[in-house]
Amino acid sequence: MSELEIRIRNHPVVKFEKNDPFTFRFEGQEIIAYRGETIGAALHAAGITTLGESRIRHRPQGLFCMIGDCSSCLMKVDRTSNIRVCTTLAKPGIFVERQSDQGELGGMDMHEIEHDKIEAEVAVVGTGPAGLKSALCAADLGAEVAVVDQNPLLGGQLIKQTHKFFGDEELYAGSRGPEIAKMLDTELRKRRVTRVIQSRVIGSFPGKKHVLGVLMENSRFIELQTDRVVVATGASENMLSFPNWDLPGVFAAGGVQTMMNVYGVRPGNRALMIGSGNVGLIVAYQMLQAGIEVEMILEAAPRVGGYEVHAAKLRRLGVPILTSHSIVRAVGRDHVQGAIVARLDEKSRPIFQTEKHLDVDLICIAVGMSPCSELLLQSGCESRFMSELGGHVALYDENMETSVKGIYVAGDAAGIEEASSAMMEGEIAGASAASSLGLETEDAEKRILKARNKLVQIRKGPFSRKAKDAKERIFRMSKEIRER
Amino acid sequence: MSKKTPASLASFALIECTERIPCDPCVRACPRGAITKKSVTSPPELDSKKCTGCGQCIALCPGLAIFVVKANYSKDQALVMLPYEMLPLPSVGEKVQILDINGNAVGEGRVVNVRKDRNFTNIVSLSVRKDVAQSIRSFRVIK
Repeated sequence: MSELEIRIRNHPVVKFEKNDPFTFRFEGQEIIAYRGETIGAALHAAGITTLGESRIRHRPQGLFCMIGDCSSCLMKVDRTSNIRVCTTLAKPGIFVERQSDQGELGGMDMHEIEHDKIEAEVAVVGTGPAGLKSALCAADLGAEVAVVDQNPLLGGQLIKQTHKFFGDEELYAGSRGPEIAKMLDTELRKRRVTRVIQSRVIGSFPGKKHVLGVLMENSRFIELQTDRVVVATGASENMLSFPNWDLPGVFAAGGVQTMMNVYGVRPGNRALMIGSGNVGLIVAYQMLQAGIEVEMILEAAPRVGGYEVHAAKLRRLGVPILTSHSIVRAVGRDHVQGAIVARLDEKSRPIFQTEKHLDVDLICIAVGMSPCSELLLQSGCESRFMSELGGHVALYDENMETSVKGIYVAGDAAGIEEASSAMMEGEIAGASAASSLGLETEDAEKRILKARNKLVQIRKGPFSRKAKDAKERIFRMSKEIRER
Repeated sequence: MSKKTPASLASFALIECTERIPCDPCVRACPRGAITKKSVTSPPELDSKKCTGCGQCIALCPGLAIFVVKANYSKDQALVMLPYEMLPLPSVGEKVQILDINGNAVGEGRVVNVRKDRNFTNIVSLSVRKDVAQSIRSFRVIK
């Protein structure tokens, strides 16, 4: 693909502003990037898809999740190893290299790292729908709030969800994700909230004052002291194992969405989507909008996983959705050059005679998500593995408070659901945190009740049943633990 | 559709939303209150007596699940209004390939109107053969 083909010039929904071009160096090559672009997006737009190699077998590795969750894009930037280039902004004149070892601390002298302190009453980790809502709510109730996010932009995954959202007026129904992110961001700017972006929370130390260790822009260390913590870290996408799953060109569906809808860069020209849940269906549709051909969508189960309305949008444009089908292997040496797919028998084994070769250069994996519970587990929160919620989740009560006093959780980190329930959980967590500090307790109580009622309403549909039941079980387990 | 159908009844919205999605913009979209929902998760119901086929609901449905058919557009043609979020947008007068629910081409239609929406769900009105009108869900621009 040439640079011209890779960058999206015309898009039916998103206007990409490509301003202030500059260059940086990748090994011997000069790379053009635009303001606000990450190193990963700029490299991909320049046709560089192999960003490193695996340590033992030296297999090529490329971008996968695009949101700083996986480790597939670790590179050396200005001699500092292990930089996730998918979320690290490109800057003029930086020097980027591939990394084939585990890296060393060469570029970073721990003693010389600047060390700042920030104080807050409520610290919110993650600025997706749950985090932003809880920050807004806590700030409204008078708390001094700090938000931390590892990405350059606020809004979590809203910024790439260019479809119109379901819901009702209060839940921004009919608005597209980037618009919702902008509205929430504008609201946040109206309040005095400390914003710590491009910063990753790498340690959580509960105590009378909770301390969060924050690594800012891969170079500065910040000690964030806070009375309450809301963990709204969202989820990471699941991988599916098949031969050559690690080849560049195998992307998480959400990674594809970030690449095309946030950065205006096409991750490929002809795609295969694995998984027909709402993420798979929505991203497949958005690939068509980005000018990427979608060869087909495969679903291992005997029926489509996502909403029928999303599936219908693809069917009427001629995209086949094949149930009881999956990928057998990816084909290619340095990059995906095809895929072998097959029908599955009743025991989910591929039927050899039905194998088919597809000429694709992009394989998207949309097989579910797992809550990002790491900070909660590190903080010592009681947790359970709940497959209905996507994996390990901390236990929490109806105020979204975990077993560690003063640590709250909301959104996908509390179990995979969707944006509207995440917003309501965020509201509850933010209000509970503020209320526990003795701030506007009456007002907080009203907000909590309102959000709980809303959750009851939006969870009435059959699609919410599993998550709703699982979360009610969590409330009960949390109560049992407290009573013990 | 029989010849005796009054003209007002021959224009109607087709709402293909049966799954109890927690969503309600269609209810607020209708200027005549023709679309109702018992609760936010119950499927929308259309009062076909109130529906004039104005198409306000088409661009507001987040699921792109509403279509409008005007059965008596002309003697042998019906008008179909579709939500469309792809590029290129066709021009008025242009001939396009018309697609059914499964993306099968079932003939040609002519673009009668393109209503651009500020939220990027454009509404394309196509003049098509009467016998296929109710099954048209999209179209393909002929290169």
